Amino acid sequence: MKLERRAAMATLLADRGDDLLVVPGLGSTAWDAAAAGDNDRNFYLWGAMGGAAMIGLGLALAQPKKRVAVITGDGEMLMGMGALATIGIQKPRNLAVVVFDNGVYGETGMQPSHTQSGVDLISVARACGIGICLDVRDEAALADLAGRLKRLDEMLFARVLIAADEPPRVLPERDGVALKNRFRAAIGPNP
Amino acid sequence: MSAGPGNWPDQLFETLKRGGIRQIGYVPDAGHSRLIERCRADREIRDVVLTTEEEGVALAAGAWLGGERAALLMQSSGVGNCINMLSLSRSCRFPLLMFITMRGEWEEFNPWQVPMGSIVEPVLELCEAAVYRVQAPDEVTGTAERALQHAFGDERIAAVILSQQLIGRKVWTK
Repeated sequence: MKLERRAAMATLLADRGDDLLVVPGLGSTAWDAAAAGDNDRNFYLWGAMGGAAMIGLGLALAQPKKRVAVITGDGEMLMGMGALATIGIQKPRNLAVVVFDNGVYGETGMQPSHTQSGVDLISVARACGIGICLDVRDEAALADLAGRLKRLDEMLFARVLIAADEPPRVLPERDGVALKNRFRAAIGPNP
Repeated sequence: MSAGPGNWPDQLFETLKRGGIRQIGYVPDAGHSRLIERCRADREIRDVVLTTEEEGVALAAGAWLGGERAALLMQSSGVGNCINMLSLSRSCRFPLLMFITMRGEWEEFNPWQVPMGSIVEPVLELCEAAVYRVQAPDEVTGTAERALQHAFGDERIAAVILSQQLIGRKVWTK
């Protein structure tokens, strides 16, 4: 039984704390994060496909005392798969890259993605040198991941196996300048 | 440090330091080798080698979200790899400071460098970047300072083109 995406996101972001900064990838993971409760410390992407993990890297390096969670989809991660190599040699302790993997391009009509045909992002992450690579397939593993995000002190990658459903869209702010400014204001006076 | 014409990469490094750059994303290029070496040796600067230049556009955006200044080093061919990701900088007005070493424009041996090299400037201008071209070593510092101010003061894209004439031709036979 695959996990339901909205519930999975809600579990990961419950009681998140002010020091958790979240970069949701474009499309469904952005709607999931918005549905879990809007937060100034979410930098939702409405584009930049393939860039979520690298935004997380720049942010994690700039804010080493805060925790950074990139939560994105399998299609978005596949487009920027080289970022795992780049991140794998930087290994910021405060960065987690979480991929909600449903094996399809959900926003464009549920076309199959590479992961449905055997491409294993966990193996890719491991091969790129990321020490903690988690395969999250059930509630217990999801709870474990949520706990690890709370006390993040080593770079981690997690693949969360979710069902290919399409819950109603919950659309966050889409003005990029507004999203940027509120995020920067939330984390400090002159971040 | 001497201010001789061959020392422009060192001058550029000092300018980046004065400008508060803390992250450097780069895909290696021979023209940037000295600057990369200086950045890698510096304890305050985090050097991030990229698999493709567009990663650096996203890296710089993340750095600014967290309050740090980043710069991106690439060869002219890398500009083509950045185009869609520049939408991130433009949509959100993220500062982006790029230093681009040119190929395909002057004493170029490899014709495959010409197609991208010949369109670097118009492509960047279409992407709303301020483009600054450097031809001579004594222009490097002043131009880099202007680009820094444009990028971080105004939260815009600034691209400094380091011309092939400045860098010198690549030696093909050793």
